[in-house]
Amino acid sequence: MHTRTRDTVVFQIGIAIFLTIMLFIILIPFWRVIVTAVIPLDIYTRQGVPFFLSPTKWTFEAFKQLLTHSMFPRAALNSVIITVLGTAISLFLTVPLAYGLSIRSLPGRKVIMAFVLIIYLFSPGLIPVYLLITGMKLTNNYLAIILPPAVSVFNTLVMMGFFEGLPEELKESARLDGANELQVLIRIILPLSKPILLTIGLFYAVFYWNEFFTPILYLNDNDLIPLPVLLRNILISASFNEYVEYNAFSSSSLESLKSAGVFITMLPMLLIYPWIQRYFTKGTLVGGVKG
Amino acid sequence: MSVRVLPSSLIPSIKIYPKNLWRVLRQYRWVYLLMLPTFVYFVIFKYGPLWNAQIAFKDFKPLLGVLGSPWVGFEHFKTFIDSFYFTQLIRNTLIFSLGKLILGMPIAVICAIALHETWFLRYRTFVQTMIYLPHFLSWVIMFGVLLVLLSPGNGLINEIIVSLGGEPIPFLTSPDTFRWVVILSDIWKETGWSTILYLAALLAISPDLYEAAAVDGATPIQRIRYISLPGILPVIVLITLLRLGHILEAGFNQIFVLYSVPVYSVGDILDTWVYRQGVLNFQFSLATAVGFFKGAIGLVLLLVANRAAKRIAGQSIY
Repeated sequence: MHTRTRDTVVFQIGIAIFLTIMLFIILIPFWRVIVTAVIPLDIYTRQGVPFFLSPTKWTFEAFKQLLTHSMFPRAALNSVIITVLGTAISLFLTVPLAYGLSIRSLPGRKVIMAFVLIIYLFSPGLIPVYLLITGMKLTNNYLAIILPPAVSVFNTLVMMGFFEGLPEELKESARLDGANELQVLIRIILPLSKPILLTIGLFYAVFYWNEFFTPILYLNDNDLIPLPVLLRNILISASFNEYVEYNAFSSSSLESLKSAGVFITMLPMLLIYPWIQRYFTKGTLVGGVKG
Repeated sequence: MSVRVLPSSLIPSIKIYPKNLWRVLRQYRWVYLLMLPTFVYFVIFKYGPLWNAQIAFKDFKPLLGVLGSPWVGFEHFKTFIDSFYFTQLIRNTLIFSLGKLILGMPIAVICAIALHETWFLRYRTFVQTMIYLPHFLSWVIMFGVLLVLLSPGNGLINEIIVSLGGEPIPFLTSPDTFRWVVILSDIWKETGWSTILYLAALLAISPDLYEAAAVDGATPIQRIRYISLPGILPVIVLITLLRLGHILEAGFNQIFVLYSVPVYSVGDILDTWVYRQGVLNFQFSLATAVGFFKGAIGLVLLLVANRAAKRIAGQSIY
């Protein structure tokens, strides 16, 4: 199929150049964040931020200043709590619904499906949810962030599709052996469903990790805020001292501190990203065009 | 537990007659029991807000509660439609979502075709990994990235403008540039990820077609024009319809992070306005009415988009 005529070679070079341009468009902004974060103060005050900075001149003062302040570790821990608890609750609520809906012969299946789809089709917006949460006195409680989005109808339908694809014979034979539906789910279905559980679990985890609007909305206590909210406060703050000791004696510039904050917030995602990418790509292809 | 596999034809199918309905319900009692927590959850956290939405037609007073507040009919809807915000919010919402769709989709399709065409498979995997990455980052991080690119002081792009002899532009706070920042930063963040679906569609095209084209001596451009593009057209149509069904979702998280008072006139969308009126100004009923209005139109758009998708592509969105 690969006939090397002059046309195709020229074409291949063109494609490679195009992909490289795309790559640089994605990478240059991140490179800029890194250079701004590691630039020594004297170079910064003399010439601003250069495009290239030799790694021998890199300084990690800004990172030190941020991480030795108590806010960052605290916010990181909060993010972990929200993500782990949220993902666990989401899966606990999503899996049984997806499993029930995947049983074609379940009496009342259509009613339950309609009950779920109505939520997918019509959303009355933010305020009714806000009144519900504040009415339940859930402000300054992580449940306010976790519960309203805990079950995504879309994720439920993707998982349902996966369960439907498992061979019916396996379930039926287990039932003939006298297993009840709970045992069928735990012993037959779940062990076969690791890919979809990981994919949907990661969907939820990334969602909770990145969530910043509902924490801003429902958490007033600064000790409770997760990383993205802390980063936003730092990025928009006029007085930096609330978050980091910043004064004339600071060994890094304000810009370096902000960029270091961006990088630290991004780092956990970068570390688990190769793993995420594998499962997300697979899971999305399972969902096919429904993604 | 040993698993004996039976052909499904041997398994008696259960028909539901009133007299053995009880037996069937009993057989599935574990399924219902398993689903019970999720059911309770849906009633409280998904249907609770629907119940609260009635305040769109009431004059909600927190002391009187949702039920006790007096009905006012469509008054809040009228107030909203008559206000000068109405056209502004609708216009901004549509400019953002249509801009992202119209500019973003061709770029995604071109990227997917380039990834599909290249012979350098390792390089392809590397590029894919890199361009998917921004999708997983929060808009707060994107805000930080945009600051190092766009800030008038030492943002990269402004440094380039200054070195070319221009004046630095306050991209994020100028009404002239804010919309472009929103649309282009969304394209930067999401285009890579959205190539996945087109790439999957391209990989599903039968290799026979490409081989036949090679035998006929087709140029690469002809191959793309006559095989690749027609091959993924149904997916392009389907995704366009899906996006049109969600046309009123202009990206609340993104705009909430990026906008500021100087750009409200060009940046405010339905969702951000609902947030400010409801949560910050305590206009609960008016804000809920606007949210309800958006939800109702969204419902119609979704149903129409789904029907159109069924007719055109033979596939349903949900």
